[in-house]
Formats: sequence, C-alpha cells, structure tokens
Amino acid sequence: MARNVSTGTKVGFTIAAWAVALILFSPILWVLLTAFKTEAEAISNTPTFFPQNFTLENFSAVQDRSDYFKHAINSILVSVGSTLLGLIIGIPAAWSMAFAPSKKTKDILMWMLSTKMMPAVGVLIPIYLIFRDLRLLDTVHGLTLIMTLINLPIIIWMLYTYFKEIPVDILEAARMDGAELWNEIVHVLVPMAVPGIASTLLLNVILAWNEAFWTITLTSGRAGTLTAFISSFSSPQGLFLAKLSAASLLAIAPILLMGWFSQKQLVRGLTFGAVK
Amino acid sequence: MKLTPILVGAFTLALAASASAQTLTIATVNNGDMIRMQGLSSAFTEETGIELNWVVLEENTLRQNVTTDIATNGGQYDVMTIGTYEAPIWAKQGWLKPLDGLAADAEYDVDDLLPPIRDGLSYEGKLYAAPFYGESSFIMYRTDLMEKAGLTMPEAPTWEFIGEAARAMTDRDADINGICLRGKAGWGENMAFLTAMSNSFGARWFDENWQPQFNTPEWKSTLDTYLSLMADAGPTGASSNGFNENLTLFQQGKCGMWIDATVAASFVTNPADSTVADKVGFALAPDTGLGKRGNWLWAWSLAIPNSSQNAEAAEQFINWATSKDYLALVAEKEGWANVPPGTRISLYENPDYQAAAPFAEMTMGSIYAADPSQPSVKPVPYVGVQFVAIPEFAGIATNVGQLFSAALAGQMSADDALAQAQDATLRDMTRAGYIK
Repeated sequence: MARNVSTGTKVGFTIAAWAVALILFSPILWVLLTAFKTEAEAISNTPTFFPQNFTLENFSAVQDRSDYFKHAINSILVSVGSTLLGLIIGIPAAWSMAFAPSKKTKDILMWMLSTKMMPAVGVLIPIYLIFRDLRLLDTVHGLTLIMTLINLPIIIWMLYTYFKEIPVDILEAARMDGAELWNEIVHVLVPMAVPGIASTLLLNVILAWNEAFWTITLTSGRAGTLTAFISSFSSPQGLFLAKLSAASLLAIAPILLMGWFSQKQLVRGLTFGAVK
Repeated sequence: MKLTPILVGAFTLALAASASAQTLTIATVNNGDMIRMQGLSSAFTEETGIELNWVVLEENTLRQNVTTDIATNGGQYDVMTIGTYEAPIWAKQGWLKPLDGLAADAEYDVDDLLPPIRDGLSYEGKLYAAPFYGESSFIMYRTDLMEKAGLTMPEAPTWEFIGEAARAMTDRDADINGICLRGKAGWGENMAFLTAMSNSFGARWFDENWQPQFNTPEWKSTLDTYLSLMADAGPTGASSNGFNENLTLFQQGKCGMWIDATVAASFVTNPADSTVADKVGFALAPDTGLGKRGNWLWAWSLAIPNSSQNAEAAEQFINWATSKDYLALVAEKEGWANVPPGTRISLYENPDYQAAAPFAEMTMGSIYAADPSQPSVKPVPYVGVQFVAIPEFAGIATNVGQLFSAALAGQMSADDALAQAQDATLRDMTRAGYIK
C-alpha cells in the first residue's frame, strides 16, 4: 500500500538527496574546475572556485608528455577483458553454489570474500616472481589475468546473490523438458539473470578501470592503463595539481560517461532481489 | 599463390625490424628536470637509433616499483632513477652494474662530477649511478622583511640568529610567518630536514655500536629548538606541510625564511609563479658553531640494474643524459637557468650559468658543506647526511617522523616523542640484527 507523504517531507528528502549527491560529486567537480586553472591558481592558498585564467594548456601538456590514447586502449582491453573472463568463470561457479550447494559452499564463499580483505602488498613479491617467470610483466594479457583474479570473488558473490532469487522450479522444469546443463545455464538461467549479470559486468568494469596498485606495479611502459597514466603526473617537488587534474579528468571521463548512460541498468541490478 | 614463403618473409622482416630497433625502458621521477630530458631525448634517439620507453612515476611509487623490480631481478627496466640513499645499498647488494665505461671515458670526464655527489653514488670506490641533478638545502629568505626587521642575514648564519630573525619577521596580523619548515611525517619529509638539522647540533642517529641516540642532549636540543621556533614563528598546521606546501606559502609572501632544497631557488625566483621573485636572498644552512651545517645532500641519478638485457645501450644513454653536452643542449634550447644543477664542477665555473642562476654559488657551497661519510660532529657507523644508508632506515625514520610530527602538532611533548623514538628505533635495530 502506498504511503501518504506530505509535500514538506518530499521537499525535505529531495533537498537531502541533492545535498548528498553534491557532496559525492564535489571531488569530481573540483577536479573538473582545477583542470582549467593555471598551476599557480590551482595551488593558491586562497582557492578560487571558477578558473580566473581559463586555460587548456594542461590538457596539451598532458598529451605532450604521455600517450593518453595508448593508456585508454589498455584500460578498455583490461577492464572489459577481465570482466568477460570473470563472467565465463563466475557464471558456472555461481550456478553450482546457488543450485547445487554442498556442505562447504558457504565456507568457500566466505573464503573467497576473505581474499578481498588481504592487503595486496602482502602477495606482491610472489605474484611479481610468477609474472616474471611466465613473462607476463608489462603485458595486457597478464594484467587482464590478475584483474580477473582480483575481481572474481565479487563476480561470484554478486551472481550467486542474483541466482538465488531465481526459482529453482524453473530450472527443474527445463531439466524435465530434457535441457542439458549447458542449455539450462545458457538458455534458461542467463536470460532470467540478465539485469544481475549486466550490473555485475558494469561494476567490475569500473573496479578494473580504477585499480591502481597492480596496474602500476606490474607494468612499465607498454601495458600501462589510465591509472598508471595519472600517477605519472603527481610530484612531491613542484607544481602539478592542474596537470594532475587534467590527467584525472581524461582518465575518468570514459567510465563516468559509461556509468551515466547505464545508471538505470546499474541501479536495477544492484537493487535486484532487495525486495521480495 | 603460395602463402608460406610470404609468411616466412614477413616473419623474417618483423624479426629483423625488432632486432634493429633497440628499446630502453627508463623509470624516472616526475620532476621538472626529468620531464625536460624526456622532451629532449629525441636527440639521443636520432644520434644512436635507440628508442626510449619512458615510465614516469611519482617519487614514492617509483621507489616501490624499482625496488620490487630490482629485488626480484624482474628486468622491467634498463635504466632506473635512484637517489643517494639507494645507490650504496643496492651496489652493496650487487643489484647494480658499475658504470666503468663512464669512468674510463675521457670525454665524459668523471672527475668533473662534484666530489660529494660522486662519493655518495659510489661503493668501494666504484661509481654505480651517474648524477642527473644534485641538490643540497639552504636558507631562502625575504630580503625586504629582513631589512624591515633591522637585521642582516650573514652568509653562514647560526641557529641562534635564525631564531632571532624568524621571531622578528613574524607578523601574525599580516599573516607572515618568520620561518617555514617541513613538518609532514616521512623519512624523506620532516626527517630529511630534522636529521640534517640534528647534525649541526652534534646529534647523530646511532653511535659506533649502532645504539640509537635519541636519548642524548643533542637530540633534545635539536627538537626543542625546532618546536619552539615553529611555535613562535611557524605557520599554522605546519605538521602537514612538506616541500610543496611551503613552496606555495613562500611564493605567496607568507614566509620570511624557508630552509629547504636548493632546487626550490629557481621556483621562488621565477616571476611567473612567485609574488616575491625579486625579494629573495640565499644563505647557507645554519650551524651552532660545532663545524657541521644543517644542510643535506641528494642527487637523482641514473643506474643500470643487473637484470637489464640492454646494459651497453643503457650506459650509452646515461652517458648522454649526464654529460657536459647534455647541459649545453638544455642551455641552447631552454636557457642556462634551466640546466639541471648540482652535478658538475664545470657548470659552476661557467660565467653564463653564474649570470643566469644567482643562487649558483650558494648551491655549490651548500653541496660542498655536506659530507656523507662524516655527517655529524661525532663519529658514526653509517653513510648519509639526511638519512642513514641502511635498508631499514626508511621504515624506522618514517615511524620517528610520525612522532616528531605529532609533537609539532601538539599531540605529545618533545620528551615523549624522543623517548618513544628511542624505544622504537632500539627495538627495530635489535630485530634487524645490528644490536646483539
């Protein structure tokens, strides 16, 4: 039953929602404004909100020093590639945990999640040595592999949650009709879980896009993504804020646009199963 | 048409192309001089045919990346940018190739390198890294405020004079702080400054038996002087101020004096960024009459890891980047003021450079005033002016830096900070096996 909400409450909640949105957006807004300031204005002790001397030179300086497009292509390859690879592994894994659980399924799920709590630097040296021996250092496929491994627990957990919402009777009916396991997953389960799979895909693309620690450590020049691109513009000695902001803006623009256009799908997927 | 011969031909051509185009991967730090070199490096490629793949990183990220790579023999980089802290430690570990080719090259003229810098990059008499730019620290001060305070800055002042001048120049109503010093915690941040300062008070990190010395009167005197100076004449929130924050304060006319890296001189005298560009004077870092000054010594340098498969080409590049010819190339393209400082004697003898860089003489004097092998008044078992060249130092000094930064922020007393620093350092040094 719909609840009666007074106009005053609606206005109050709307203002609160806008305030929260503005707070969340403020760092991006600050980056956007700083990218068009001069270095001296960007670091001024009395900060200006809008650029007083509007300039585009930070963007040209960034492109002169570093190849944005090469890094952007690497970012797309790694984030999309690792997500697709993760889904290929994660969908069957989540199916088995949701529909054919064993006594240890819950423990396995918790163990997988616990790996996300481990500090990445704790396994830096072993991973680095493995990558060195397999000649995966500074390669896009090596980075795709590590990104898949990092995000796999999240992929499986998200898919598991979505799959649990799907009535098992439907899958059993498909089995009764003679569907084999492969057909059951591909033609019955996946179409029903599209919103969940889509939001898993989008979230993991974002996570892989933003990952910095492994990207910076395991790449040198050829396979660097946009996070490595940004990190090259920070400096403890010298003025760099405006150029760093321009580089950051260029790096986040594609994923920001993707998030903007797919927000309906993202919200739908993230709230899927929240209300029974 | 048969495809096999075409494919074989294409494969051979591709192999030949990859074999002829040798590529060096260079890990470097994001600072003005390095970025300038990146811009000018096409001259090296044209000259030699060697392609360069640049990896530019922020200082701490660079340090983490190159340390991981060299410790695991990863082989990602052919040339690494390292400092005077890493060079002797890594050379001792056998991780770096000695630069014998440079030492033997008469045209390169290794004897032209400034001796303190060259010593800092050598291990057992061999050069393991070539300095790209070197720096010390000195006093940058506002000539107008000093005059207003009725004082004259000596060329080589004492800490007593600095204290008097800082307090006289402070004008809280006009938002002018007599002195701006580093307060941000970190072994390369506040501890670089405080370790160098402590040398001039006769303090040292360790005695000859590696016993920590924070419980000595010399360290107490160092920290008390620093804290009272900052309380009376320092900016608010100084415990979070590093190089960049103090640079901004000075450029905007908020500091009477600033003791920091000599490389800052070109920033504070650049009218495009600094509001006080024409009112800046320079002096040597202060002392207390004990024979040591509170200035440091650092050089960003180029070295070849043992894992490099292109060592010969890498040495060729280092030769080019740290040569006299490179300095002349920068001067020709961007003017003498933009030449990387602090590496060669001949640069400081060059009248064009002396005319373009008013701080040149003071920079060289500061570099010569630092002695990495005998940094303090009393004997020490280590090398390094603002650091101790042992692998454990970065971690230990960062801990101590946090304690001293907390004392600056008023969260603990100087005595508590020193006592905790002593305990923590003693524990870490015992664990590391230096103290039996």
